[in-house]
Amino acid sequence: MIRTVKRGQATRMEKERVGVPDLPEQKRLGGAQMKPLTENAPKAGAVNQSSRFWTKAFQQRYLYMMSLPFVIWIFIFSYVPVWGWLTAFQNYKPKDSILNQKWVGLENFIELFQDERFYIVLRNTLAMSTMGLIVGFTIPVVFALLLNEMRGQLFKRSVQTISYLPHFVSWVVVAGLVSKMLSTDGGAVNQLLMWLGVIDAPVQFMAKGELFWGIVTLSDLWKEMGWNSIIFLAAMAGIDPELYEASTVDGAGRFRKMWHITLPGIRTTFMVLFILSIGHLVSIGFEKQFLLGNPLVSDYSEVLDLYALKYGIQMSRYSYGTAIGIFNSVVSILLVFIANGIYKRVTKESII
Amino acid sequence: MQGALKRQTGDKIFDFCIYVFMIIVTIVTLYPFLNVLAISFNDSVDTVRGGLTIYPREFTLKNYETIFGFDGLLTGFQNSVIRTVLGTAIGVISASMMAYTLSRPDFQARRWMSVVFALTMYFSGGLIPGFLLMKSLGLVGTFAVYIIPAILSVWNVFVVRSYIDGLPYALQESAKIDGANDWTIFWKIILPLCQPVLATIALFIAVGHWNAWFDTYLFNNRNAENTTLQYELMKVLLSTQTGSNYRDPNAQQAIASVSPESIKMAITIVVTVPILLVYPFLQKYFVKGMTLGAVKS
Repeated sequence: MIRTVKRGQATRMEKERVGVPDLPEQKRLGGAQMKPLTENAPKAGAVNQSSRFWTKAFQQRYLYMMSLPFVIWIFIFSYVPVWGWLTAFQNYKPKDSILNQKWVGLENFIELFQDERFYIVLRNTLAMSTMGLIVGFTIPVVFALLLNEMRGQLFKRSVQTISYLPHFVSWVVVAGLVSKMLSTDGGAVNQLLMWLGVIDAPVQFMAKGELFWGIVTLSDLWKEMGWNSIIFLAAMAGIDPELYEASTVDGAGRFRKMWHITLPGIRTTFMVLFILSIGHLVSIGFEKQFLLGNPLVSDYSEVLDLYALKYGIQMSRYSYGTAIGIFNSVVSILLVFIANGIYKRVTKESII
Repeated sequence: MQGALKRQTGDKIFDFCIYVFMIIVTIVTLYPFLNVLAISFNDSVDTVRGGLTIYPREFTLKNYETIFGFDGLLTGFQNSVIRTVLGTAIGVISASMMAYTLSRPDFQARRWMSVVFALTMYFSGGLIPGFLLMKSLGLVGTFAVYIIPAILSVWNVFVVRSYIDGLPYALQESAKIDGANDWTIFWKIILPLCQPVLATIALFIAVGHWNAWFDTYLFNNRNAENTTLQYELMKVLLSTQTGSNYRDPNAQQAIASVSPESIKMAITIVVTVPILLVYPFLQKYFVKGMTLGAVKS
């Protein structure tokens, strides 16, 4: 296959060569540059070196053309907002430039840490992210394990395809489906529970604050279980089949193989993903909470990002909102380092 | 002998349990969609009686006729399609271009550019500074706010780059000898060979654009001409949750005969179907792409 491509390309290139009048000297240089010939060149003075830099830069002008616009773009859209962190130490008013503001030191942070609401919000964030972390890792692993044990290929593939499906559906749709399933008039969950005799009358799930964390966690599980299992299935597929054969000879049963071969086989993958997720404990996003929550359950549904959104944008307190964001980022980075440190101590390996 | 027999029956019971579990998973995954589909095709007066499961009792297309009369929804549909197509095209080209330059071992700026891009994966400015940036760039209230901030995804750049790294470098070298420049090499050699990985990231980007609602909420909530489908659905959703009706001034009459519940379900289907149509075909690509990204990270 590669050969055909090569041949096809060569003819096209030949056309190019005829079509594009190019300086022959330059072309020769371009060809030589593919081999590390320059390394063998004798060391010259500073002037020579800088001129060599520019010659090479000119040879690679197309590479610069293809990359520099994106570098500029990423500076604007990823680095400039970090510069905006300065606003957290100011009393920011959008009409002036960021350097022309009143500096207030840590006032915004002090106010943040004195706000009782902040601690409720932090509790909600940590509760939902911890629940999500536990459920979102164990169940997909179990699901992948069971899929891995399935013999019928057709059924297995159909289940996989169906289980990935909710991942591609937006949270807006999922929130609609969840509230439909949990509704009191004809919601499937209420009907099922009543049929089973667990409850006598329909429960207003969406209006009960103490159920909110569970609802978010289960919705997330419903949406992402199949998707999150892909990676574990791939790791399982990478386990050496000889290990299984050897253990069969040794008389190991199915469960023993799962326990002693499959699970250890995915340990590294699991740990890497787990530690990376710990970094996201405080920044779990807000889509689910925004869309599933309602004023009745806001004591349980408000998370840090929503809190920042409420103060920062809806109330236009930009500095305060930025302070929340900084708290978020700093805690995230700390958590990743702590998690990695623990992992390193236990396994003598590091993942970051 | 007896032990082996016991193990065999144990195996069979286990197999059976897996099958039962998988069937339950399938039902739990599909039922909500089928239920919504049934309601969307069911007469809205009849729906109120309840008890609908996975097939409509009194079939009607009225719900769909009603929602396709909503101005907001049509504009939203149009905008969603445009942003998805345009955003995906731009996203794929820019990610692969950037990835190609970063994959060239002889590129002068490769090292510092890699660092500049990789660093952004560890931090972000956050919600408010991002909002202020859009404001100062004059992007608030424009359609461009859907496209320009999403030109590139660093994650995709690294996924494509690791794929290009896996291609034989000799291909590029021989093209070079034949007189091709870097620009031609990228378009004529790299892009065609990267097809599988590009399909993967195209799917991710497209789904991301199609499903986005928050940027509309944040930047275009006062600009009806820039609304998106997901945002319209979100408005219906939140308004029915709090009990008030979804109001489209041009559709007051229609709404009187069709309940908000049915409208909500019909919009949900309209929003979901395009994704369901596309994704089974791309499944083999994204499974590969997922594992590729994971190995490299």
